[in-house]
Amino acid sequence: MSTLAIDKGGPTRKVKYRSMSRDRTWALRWSYFFLVLFAIFSLVPPIYMLITSLKSSAEISAATNPWWVFHPTLANYVELLTSNQFLRFFWNSAVVSIVVVCVTMLISIPAAFALARMKFWGSTTLATGVFLTYLVPDSLLFIPLFKMLAAVQDITGITLLNRWYVLLFIYPTLTVPFCTWIMIGYFASIPKELDEAALIDGASWLQTLTRIFIPVALPGLIAATIFAFTVSWAQFLYPLVFTTSIDQLVLPVGITTTLIKGDVFNWGQIMTGALLGAAPPLIIYAFLMDYYIAGLTAGATKG
Amino acid sequence: MAEVALRKVVKRYDEVEAVRGIDLDISDHEFIVLVGPSGCGKSTTLRMIAGLEDITDGDIMIGGDVVNDVPPKDRDIAMVFQNYALYPHMTVAENMSFGLRLKHYPKAEIKARVTEAARLLDITDLIDRKPKQLSGGQRQRVAMGRAIVRNPKVFLFDEPLSNLDAKLRVQMRIEIKKVHQKVRTTTVYVTHDQVEAMTLADRVVVMNKGRIEQIGTPNELYHKPATRFVAGFIGSPAMNFIPCRLEDVGGKLNIRLTDRISFPLPPARAARYSALPRAENLLLGIRPEHLTESHAHLEPGVETFDTVLDVTEPMGMETLVYFGLEGTPICGRVDPNAGAKDGGPMRLAMDLNNMHLLNEATGVVL
Repeated sequence: MSTLAIDKGGPTRKVKYRSMSRDRTWALRWSYFFLVLFAIFSLVPPIYMLITSLKSSAEISAATNPWWVFHPTLANYVELLTSNQFLRFFWNSAVVSIVVVCVTMLISIPAAFALARMKFWGSTTLATGVFLTYLVPDSLLFIPLFKMLAAVQDITGITLLNRWYVLLFIYPTLTVPFCTWIMIGYFASIPKELDEAALIDGASWLQTLTRIFIPVALPGLIAATIFAFTVSWAQFLYPLVFTTSIDQLVLPVGITTTLIKGDVFNWGQIMTGALLGAAPPLIIYAFLMDYYIAGLTAGATKG
Repeated sequence: MAEVALRKVVKRYDEVEAVRGIDLDISDHEFIVLVGPSGCGKSTTLRMIAGLEDITDGDIMIGGDVVNDVPPKDRDIAMVFQNYALYPHMTVAENMSFGLRLKHYPKAEIKARVTEAARLLDITDLIDRKPKQLSGGQRQRVAMGRAIVRNPKVFLFDEPLSNLDAKLRVQMRIEIKKVHQKVRTTTVYVTHDQVEAMTLADRVVVMNKGRIEQIGTPNELYHKPATRFVAGFIGSPAMNFIPCRLEDVGGKLNIRLTDRISFPLPPARAARYSALPRAENLLLGIRPEHLTESHAHLEPGVETFDTVLDVTEPMGMETLVYFGLEGTPICGRVDPNAGAKDGGPMRLAMDLNNMHLLNEATGVVL
C-alpha cells in the first residue's frame, strides 16, 4: 500500500484557529502594557513634585540624586500653609471657581435644555454657534476682553480691572459654551418619550427640567461641573492679565509671581504650592467619579 | 371618562400630508384600535389627540370640548408609550404617582390610588423597585399603572406591546383587555399588528396613507371589508386575490378564474353581482380558510378544482398550502390529515358563499 492512496485530495494547508480567550488575553496584555506606560508618563511629574516639595532648599540646590529625599522635611508645607499670602491665593481661587461653576451651571443647563428640546427657529444654528465660541483660543480673546472691560469700567465707574471678581465675568466665556455643549449631548440622549410622558403627567417645562432631566442626566451634569471647576481652577492666562495686585491673585498666578523672584526659583515652595493647588480637583474627581461613570439612564426604556 | 371626536383633522409636515382629513367618533367607554402599516398616520393621529402634535386643520374634541389648543396636561389624558418611558431615577411608586404629586393631591389619596392600581396590575411587590430592575412586561405594567392612577378621561396607547416578545405580547394583550373591562376608560390604541387590533378592539379603524379605509367591529372588518386594502390587511394569512371576470353560461352567472376554471356563483351571490358589467377586470377575494381540501359531501356553493401544490406549511392544527393559479400565488388551509405534500397534486374546494368580489382598478369591494 502506498502512502499516496491515503491522500484524498483535500486541502493540505492547516488553518490554525486561536481560541477567543487566548486572543483576549493578548489584547489585555497589550492594553496593560500601554496603560502602564501611560501611567508612568503621567505620574512622573507629580511624583517629582512630591519629592521636591519634601526637600529643603539646600538639598535641592545640592547636586544629589533628584529622585530621592535624603533629609525629608515638611518645612515648605508649613511655610506655605501659614503664609497669609498663600492662603489668600487659595481663598481667591476657591471663591472664583465655586462661583464660576454655579454661574456656569445656571446658564448652561437651561440653555442646553432649550437647545436640545425646545425646537425653535435657529436652535440648531445657535447650538453650533455655542460650540464654535469654545473653539476660539483664549490667547486671542484676552486683549479684546480687556478692552471691553476697561470700557465698561470707564463708563460705569465700577472698578473691574485688577479685581479678583472680574474673573467671575471672564471665566464663564470659557466654561459656558463647553458645558452647554456637553449638556446638549446628554439631554439629547434622553428619550423624547420621557419628556412627553412628563408633559402629559402635567409637568411644566421647568418641572420637566428639574425633576426629570437633571436627575437623569446627572452623570453629564457632573462631567460638566468637573470641567468647569478644573478650567476655573487651573486658568492662568486670564488672571495673569486681569489681576496684578498680590491680594487679588488666584493660586496659579500667585505661586508663579511670588515664588519666582527675578531669576531665583524657590523650587521647594513652588512644587508644594502646585501640589496643594492640585489637591482640590483631585478630591472632587475622587468623590464624583462614581457618579460620573454610573449610567443612570439604564431602564428608562427598552435597552 | 369621555367621548372623543375628530372632525376633518389634517396634519401636514411641510410638503407631506401625514393625516388627510380624518373623521372619527369614539364613544364613552369604547376601546378603539387604530391599525395600519407604518407611515399610515395612526401614531400621528394618536399624538394629535394627546396634544403632542399640533393639528394643521380640523377639530379634536374630548368630552365635547374642542381641545385643539389645549396643552397635553390639561386634556386629562394618559398615554402609554412603546418604549414605556418610565422615569429611570424614580421607583415604581414614584413613577406612578408623579402626575398626582405634580397636581398636589393629598398624600393619602396618592397612596390609595397607587396601591389600587398596583393591585389591579399585579405589581404590588415591585412598588419600591427602579425601572432597570424590572423585566419588559413589568415595565409595561408600570407604564399602564402610571396611566391608571391618574384616572383620566382617555387612555392613549402607542404600540405598547411592540417591544415585548411574542409570548409576553399575547399575555399582556389579555391583561390590557382585562384592565379595560375593569376601569372602562375610553381607550385609543395604536398598533400595526392586526391580530392585536382584532383581539382588543370594540371597533377597529383601519388607516392607510393618512386616510381611514374603514371603521368597524373586528368581525365586520373581517367578513365585510370595504376595500382591497382592508381585505388584505385584516386576517393572517392574508386574503387571496385572484383575477377573474363574470360570464353568463346557460342563463347562469359564472365566475371565470382561468381558461380552465370557471364556477357557477351561488344564487345569493349571483343576484348580488348580476348587474355588474361582464367584461370588467375583477378580483375574487377568498380567505385561505375558504380554500380547503375537497371531500365527498360538499355544500352548495362550494366548488372544487385540481391543482399542484408548491409548498406546504404544517402548523399543527392545520396545514397551509401554497400554489399558483396562472401566476397568482394562492394560499389555502387544509386539514393536517388531508395528505397535502410539497409538489403533490391536490383537489381543493373553494367556498364561494364566503367570496368577495372587488373592482381591480379601484380596489372597492362590490
